[in-house]
Amino acid sequence: MENLHSLTAHELKKLIAKDNTLPAAILDQLFSRIEKLDAKVKAFVLVNKERAKKSAAVKKNGKLSGIPVLLKDNICVKDEETTCASRILGGFKPPYSATAALRLESEGAILIGKANMDEFAFGSSCETSCYGPTCNPWDLACAPGGSSGGSAAAVAADETIAALGSDTGGSIRQPASLCGVVGLKPTYGRVSRYGLIAFASSLDQIGPITKDVEDSALLLSVIAGYDEMDSTSVDLPVPDYTRSLVKDVKGLRIGVPKEYFVKGLDKEVEDSVRAAAQLYRSLGAEVKEISLPHTEYAVSTYYIIAPAEASSNLARFDGVQYGFRAKGAKDMIDMYVKTRSEAFGNEAKRRILLGTYCLSTGYYDAYYLKAQKVRTRIREDFEKAFDACDCIVTPTSPTPAFKLGERTGDPISMYLSDIYTIPANMAGLPAISIPCGFSRAGLPIGLQIIAKPFAEETIFRAAYTFEQSTDFHKQKPKI
Amino acid sequence: MNYETVIGLEVHLQLATKTKAFCGCSTKFGQTPNSQTCPVCLGFPGSLPVLNEEAFKAALKTALALNCKIQKLIKFDRKNYYYPDLPKNFQISQYDMPLSYDGFIDIGVKDGAKKRIRIKRVHMEEDAGKLMHPEGERYSLVDYNRGGMPLLEIVTEPDINSPDEAYDYLTKLKSILEYLRVSDCDMEKGSLRCDANISIRPKGGKKLGTKVELKNMNSFKNVRSGLEYEVKRQESLIGEGGRIVQETRLWDADKLITKSMRVKEEAEDYRYFPEPDLVPFVVEKSDIEKIKKALPELPEARTGRFKSQFALSEYDAGVLTSQVDIAEYFEECVKLYPNPKTIANWIMGDIIALANDKALNIRELGFPAEALAGLLKMVDSGAISGKMAKDVLVEAIETRMSPDDIVRKNGLSQISDTGRIEEIIKLVLKKEEKSANDYKAGKRNAFTFLVGQVMKETKGKANPAIVNEILKKILGE
Repeated sequence: MENLHSLTAHELKKLIAKDNTLPAAILDQLFSRIEKLDAKVKAFVLVNKERAKKSAAVKKNGKLSGIPVLLKDNICVKDEETTCASRILGGFKPPYSATAALRLESEGAILIGKANMDEFAFGSSCETSCYGPTCNPWDLACAPGGSSGGSAAAVAADETIAALGSDTGGSIRQPASLCGVVGLKPTYGRVSRYGLIAFASSLDQIGPITKDVEDSALLLSVIAGYDEMDSTSVDLPVPDYTRSLVKDVKGLRIGVPKEYFVKGLDKEVEDSVRAAAQLYRSLGAEVKEISLPHTEYAVSTYYIIAPAEASSNLARFDGVQYGFRAKGAKDMIDMYVKTRSEAFGNEAKRRILLGTYCLSTGYYDAYYLKAQKVRTRIREDFEKAFDACDCIVTPTSPTPAFKLGERTGDPISMYLSDIYTIPANMAGLPAISIPCGFSRAGLPIGLQIIAKPFAEETIFRAAYTFEQSTDFHKQKPKI
Repeated sequence: MNYETVIGLEVHLQLATKTKAFCGCSTKFGQTPNSQTCPVCLGFPGSLPVLNEEAFKAALKTALALNCKIQKLIKFDRKNYYYPDLPKNFQISQYDMPLSYDGFIDIGVKDGAKKRIRIKRVHMEEDAGKLMHPEGERYSLVDYNRGGMPLLEIVTEPDINSPDEAYDYLTKLKSILEYLRVSDCDMEKGSLRCDANISIRPKGGKKLGTKVELKNMNSFKNVRSGLEYEVKRQESLIGEGGRIVQETRLWDADKLITKSMRVKEEAEDYRYFPEPDLVPFVVEKSDIEKIKKALPELPEARTGRFKSQFALSEYDAGVLTSQVDIAEYFEECVKLYPNPKTIANWIMGDIIALANDKALNIRELGFPAEALAGLLKMVDSGAISGKMAKDVLVEAIETRMSPDDIVRKNGLSQISDTGRIEEIIKLVLKKEEKSANDYKAGKRNAFTFLVGQVMKETKGKANPAIVNEILKKILGE
């Protein structure tokens, strides 16, 4: 069979059910496509053919048997180099695997390697990676978005069937939007964070990046669920999310927040999103304007809380036990200083400094504590909004993909890429990005759907209906 | 100028749970370095802490036993600082909302009065690893077995006013902790560590003097010695017109002095913030009540009960309740041999002496309550003398044989047959005619000599009371 790489997981499942020797062929086609394309796309930092082929040889009977999946390089896989695209973790091979990775493997998925990312997930363009940036398959001169840029680009370029990313302020949804694929950030606590190398502990979530909504539901069903190794994972039953894949939004109440349609929103993006709202209306949903009054504080609040937690989470990278250790240090303090100065990239240093400052004596109350209080207000905005609607629809990113190098000189403009995605992290809400159009330049535009905590089923219903009523998801980059 | 001393004590206590505070690693002491570790307590990237429920319960028990109020919301905080024995370069601890606060321990002072030492807070945290600095080498070694062990930090208000009171507080605290069985409180193994804060001020003064932090005292006696030295040092420094520097000093147990550590220019900023990986939770009042009710009888209550139930003196009750193992042993013995005063004397005398000699605790000595009861019953029945019983005790402990078996084996049975004793006495009197006459002439110690001769003749087995009685009768003629 040809072009197996271009299929979705659910399509491949049907074929594998008829022919269980297919996984080997899928891998072959995938690896040769990676060999052909990845020099241009640069989505992969590690391709593990041996491990994948060994996995494929074992006949498993699971929800994802024989399905190749790519993991972002901040998700630990036992004995496989996991670096978070940072020099400071160069050569680090975790002695254990992340729970999400174990769950995929236990359902027969085949892990094929690691995807490029912004260093420690600090970024919205995949440009802070120590390996260099990934390129957007729709326009190789453009960024794929970040920080799960490698995962999104690989899915868009059919270099993998599906992928996992992580999302702290939009790092799954924004690259999914820029690469024209589906990216879901589950409710905080829905998926175990054990084995996800932490950026901001109160915001991080692992989620699927896939070619369509059905694959997203399929992957979430496998990785979601309580994990006793993660105290912040929630002990709620995991529904079969594929049962939410109905093409029907009659009576669904959809809110469109007016605060998201402000200066800085690209006209083409706005038009696509408004058209999407119209489509929902025509399909029987009740679409109305709502208000999320504290939206304007979300980015600044996030850029206090996230770096603060990151500064503490990254303190462990000190050259003592694993990873990079600088040479020529004259004493312990010198070793710490040299190691971290040499091996952290600039954005990592920037965020560590920011975070340390916000937590320090004399500043904690004015910054960190205050930001957490504003965060409560942001969450309350959503709680109030969800009294009157079942889900909220917004643009995912204010612009389509921007050129590589365009925003690297201006951190604030880079930070503003996350303006629409950050609030869902702050409030712990589930949110998805699905393709909803293209710019005149042919770059994908994404629609974000946000729902109540643990209401991923509502998201899948709304997303599936939109997807199946359009053909944006069927478009592929000419690469 | 008369000065008064103001002392506050900070005790770090390792809880004796099976596993560590936030992971499932064993807490067994003295194992091969770095053999009891996992990604969590090594702080590997991606690892997450999970609170040990037993550790939390032990912490609650301790807080309640120390009369503390329990915080409504339980949360943890990160204390951020860099050091190689702290793998994450932050310690999970509790900052502004400790598990418990406003407790107290009462210690006895002169004239039987009680003094209340207030406990400011008791909170939970994890221990760091252990660093070793091999002499003369340019490297240090770290063992992370200890990293992640559950600790309680118990801090007093500066209510302690002398090194002796500090010693008493620590003894009382240890006794309570042992009764709870939450820790083995072993300063040598490091499961109990103590730092002190000490300042002096003119007698009757209200303002606190500059305080000095004192560390590196590895026994209660050393805590007292270190504080005694500090009091003298501070008094003489002020007497010479000097000023106390706020600093940390280390007690040197060899040279018996305190030495200054490097004085830090600034206080460390730990950048405390709530630990986002552990979800705050509420302890229900009903659960707290349940745990409170289930608390074992604590030392003070037991001392009071021993006084009333067994008619023991304050002193005796105090000694017998000073360690929970001794108290339990005493009660077991009394159940089998209902003469509390006798039991008390044997325990407080010979038995504790033997235990101390061998550096064992009373359980490890291997002389169970049944054995003591059996021994005493033999003395009562006249089968052996009181003096013999002491020897039997020693042998029983050495050989782990029962007293009955020992007496039988050695043929120690006391001679209580009056006829036989009379025969032997008459024999001795014939031999020692001179002494017999001395006694009749009024020399009292001749009697003692004669008794001794009878005992010698019977190889110590004659029942001394009977010997006395019969000898007196015969000589009295």
